[in-house]
Amino acid sequence: MFRNVAELVALAEKDNIKIAEVMIRQEVEVSGRSREEIIAQMDRHLAVMERAVEKGLRGVVSRSGLTGGDAVRMQRYIAGGRFLSGETILDAVSKAMATNEVNAAMGVICATPTAGAAGVVPGTLFAVKEKLRPTRMEMIEFLFTAGAFGYIVANNASISGAAGGCQAEVGSAAGMAAAALVELAGGTPSQAAEAMAIALKNMLGLVCDPVAGLVEVPCVKRNAMGAANAMIAADMALAGIKSRIPCDEVIEAMYRIGAAMPVALKETAQGGLAATPTGRAIAARIFGASAASK
Amino acid sequence: MKYKSVFDIIGPVMVGPSSSHTAGAVRIGLVARKLFGRKPTWARISFYGSFAETYRGHGTDVAIVAGLLGFDTFDERLPNALEIAREEAVDVSFSAEEAIPHHPNTARLRIGDDEGELELVGISIGGGKIEIVELNGFALKLSGHHPALLIMHNDRYGTIGAVASVLAKQKINIGHMEVSRKEKGKEALMAIEVDQPLTDDLIGELEQLPNIIQVAKLVD
Repeated sequence: MFRNVAELVALAEKDNIKIAEVMIRQEVEVSGRSREEIIAQMDRHLAVMERAVEKGLRGVVSRSGLTGGDAVRMQRYIAGGRFLSGETILDAVSKAMATNEVNAAMGVICATPTAGAAGVVPGTLFAVKEKLRPTRMEMIEFLFTAGAFGYIVANNASISGAAGGCQAEVGSAAGMAAAALVELAGGTPSQAAEAMAIALKNMLGLVCDPVAGLVEVPCVKRNAMGAANAMIAADMALAGIKSRIPCDEVIEAMYRIGAAMPVALKETAQGGLAATPTGRAIAARIFGASAASK
Repeated sequence: MKYKSVFDIIGPVMVGPSSSHTAGAVRIGLVARKLFGRKPTWARISFYGSFAETYRGHGTDVAIVAGLLGFDTFDERLPNALEIAREEAVDVSFSAEEAIPHHPNTARLRIGDDEGELELVGISIGGGKIEIVELNGFALKLSGHHPALLIMHNDRYGTIGAVASVLAKQKINIGHMEVSRKEKGKEALMAIEVDQPLTDDLIGELEQLPNIIQVAKLVD
């Protein structure tokens, strides 16, 4: 059993196995289910993520009309070839948004670690698929690696916007994705931990301020940037760059920042972007004037 | 450890947009449906706190009705639950209540048909996890961090022992248990939190026991 990132990395290094394998072994032990059963379930979750991305790339619109269509817009822009950053990173951005647009439109998604942050992990995975050509099993392992880091954050800090702000949702997802990207690209367990630390550090303090309380604005775009952040953090770790603050201490800092964050900025739709004139006007249009004045 | 499984993190598979306001709401509806034991012909649903303020945008109303129709969190029919309810002649109505609830995501469900009715209060505590805090007037105190069973039964000697024996046979340990009843010899409720996962086979076995009216499980 691992309780923190240091123990997780040590377990992987001791047996010279992937972090994904440490997570699979622990799941077998804790759940009492067979290895095959557990891998088959993750395979099904992977298939759900694939379908959500495909659906989002065909174009969806949410019930409120606030979100939808940006994933498609980004793919068209990539196809135009005149982008400033890079094709893989923009593909990750598009596929992260695709997932969250489907989520907002009441489509089927896999929460990673939550529904509101569900775009980051699959967005990055399906973006690097072209470049790294992973096997199906390696893609499944990507999710176990992401899950291992998310499990530590969930138990030692929080993955809930209501408890810890967006840093706990998209921040955690970016860290999980960065670590899993490193392992998929052939990096070491400690490099995966560095990537998680670098990604999460740059999400610290991010508030949860959804307009009208809906998982749409700014959530879809925060998933886009969470995916971009994860890609860069993975590249930094693979380049040999280290976080001066160890991963476990970054997670601890995230927890403390979340506890200190005012309630108005923790998924109550009372502060931040939700409290802007435009945010309030949108809320009034959707729910009526009484909800917007609260 | 609050989260035990990797599938608490990479999961659940669900219809969006919100694990607390959509998936959790489906599960509240599903528990009501399972405890009622059949499809109700009417449902009166009251929302409190954050549920009252945002239920339309999150589809919390649709989600609870989906649960009452027996759809799970990942059922693709979920977004159409209100239309399906209408087609199946289930009369549903919603109200947003002003009262400040103990938990921000609270829903009170009254459902029924010609044969009877059921009332429960559910809260959605995050990540799709829920707690049932009141059932037919019985107050419940479950932590929500462990798999739990809700068993409506007739208040007869030996019923509690029989349930405990089935659990013991499957090597399932009881961490917390509450038993309450309205009146001696009438309908009673067992709420049992356990340490091990609960399988559908086990639920089936419990349902076969004498004096058991309905069995529902909370948290997988």
